Amino acid sequence: MKTAKEKLITVTGLEKQFGGVPVLCGIDVEIDRGDVICVIGPSGSGKSTFLRCLNLLEKPNGGSIVFEGDELTDKKTDVNRHRQKMGMVFQQFNLFPHMTVLENLTCAPVMLKKFTKDEAEEKAMTLLARVGLADRAASYPNQLSGGQKQRVAIVRALCMEPDVMLFDEPTSALDPEMVGEVLDVMKELAESGMTMVVVTHEMGFAREVSNRVIFLDEGVIAEEGTPAEVFGDPKSERLKSFLSKVL
Amino acid sequence: MSWFEKLHETFIATGHYKLILGGFKNTIIITLGALLIGVVIGSVIAIAKYFSEGVPSMKIVEVICDVYVTVIRGIPVVVLLLIFYFIVMTGADGIPVAILTFGINSGAYMAEVVRSGINAVDKGQMEAGRSLGMSKMQAMRKIVFPQAIRNILPAIGNEMIALLKETSVAGYVAVVDLTRAGNLVRNNTFDAINPLMLVALVYLILVVGLTRLLKVFERKLARSDKRN
Repeated sequence: MKTAKEKLITVTGLEKQFGGVPVLCGIDVEIDRGDVICVIGPSGSGKSTFLRCLNLLEKPNGGSIVFEGDELTDKKTDVNRHRQKMGMVFQQFNLFPHMTVLENLTCAPVMLKKFTKDEAEEKAMTLLARVGLADRAASYPNQLSGGQKQRVAIVRALCMEPDVMLFDEPTSALDPEMVGEVLDVMKELAESGMTMVVVTHEMGFAREVSNRVIFLDEGVIAEEGTPAEVFGDPKSERLKSFLSKVL
Repeated sequence: MSWFEKLHETFIATGHYKLILGGFKNTIIITLGALLIGVVIGSVIAIAKYFSEGVPSMKIVEVICDVYVTVIRGIPVVVLLLIFYFIVMTGADGIPVAILTFGINSGAYMAEVVRSGINAVDKGQMEAGRSLGMSKMQAMRKIVFPQAIRNILPAIGNEMIALLKETSVAGYVAVVDLTRAGNLVRNNTFDAINPLMLVALVYLILVVGLTRLLKVFERKLARSDKRN
């Protein structure tokens, strides 16, 4: 249900090396508002690095990332301000273990003066209820299951009211029976119109929820297209062999 | 003369208990003051090192921190105390000098302890904070540092115990601390056993008390680790 396309992130010629070893070798991607993009590929292909470059958790060695009209790789850009608009969900959840669930959610919005404490708590409780965890607000992260932790982590990112959500293999560290509950939350989020970039091994999710799939291999985009194109009619040998292994 | 009569004579009749009490008070003041300074210096140095690591323009900060830790750890605390009392702070009272010296000394050890605590916090914690839009300093203050402190609480306790006992050399610079007080009583009364045993007992009780207190504290902080 997208109306006029509005560019949110434009990545051009993105390069990244780790200690001289090239990981990303010139990535070009355009992300429009409302896009749900899944990034797939073999391990070591640079998927996570690509995602982490988008909010500059990794500093790119070359290329440009324009987010909402601002060049992120420019030294003068205030990255902290832009990161508030880019929620991130990690494979290992990275909840703050010394805070309750509610404190996890309200800590950043209150500290960064996005909301008052009362507003932030109200918003957090509403979102917690949406993911079915309102009764766990006073719990500590270690008292939650993996699936619950990841749902809290998603809510934590949402509390900053981001314009885009980045997911770095959000279900890879979960027990199989908990994958569903997290994917359901993500699916609902996608349906609500949130722009999402998801690095994942969940091909079912990619096929069903995303509107574009990017296949990364050896640091370049080897193939991209709609889920139907990528899964139904893979062009390159590399994608074919990858899909034959994971499907 | 029975032991009780002897005790009475050594401590009460001659009024020496006041000396011991005064010494006890000074030992506590010096320890607490030094601990405070030590924790602050240690934290500042550990955090400064954390932020300057791998940043070429901050190399100088790293060097200053390293020199401080190396120099202080390489000099016996008694020598340091004498240097501060007779050279650096001439004319100052013994107690402030002692507090500062022990604090600076303790800070060097504390710096290493705090640094190890910060390094033990998962890197994902800083990243999660940054990804929410916090600056490095905000994420350090609110997320990494509180967890680091929890990690190192046992080590800080050990440092506190070491510090308490180290202050017994404060007598070198005209401070009447617990040890010096006991020694003065021994000198005045020609009774060596009772004053020295009392002093030893007081240190022992303080250390045991501190250890207990620390256990309670740790349990409180570990609250969030517990499962239902």
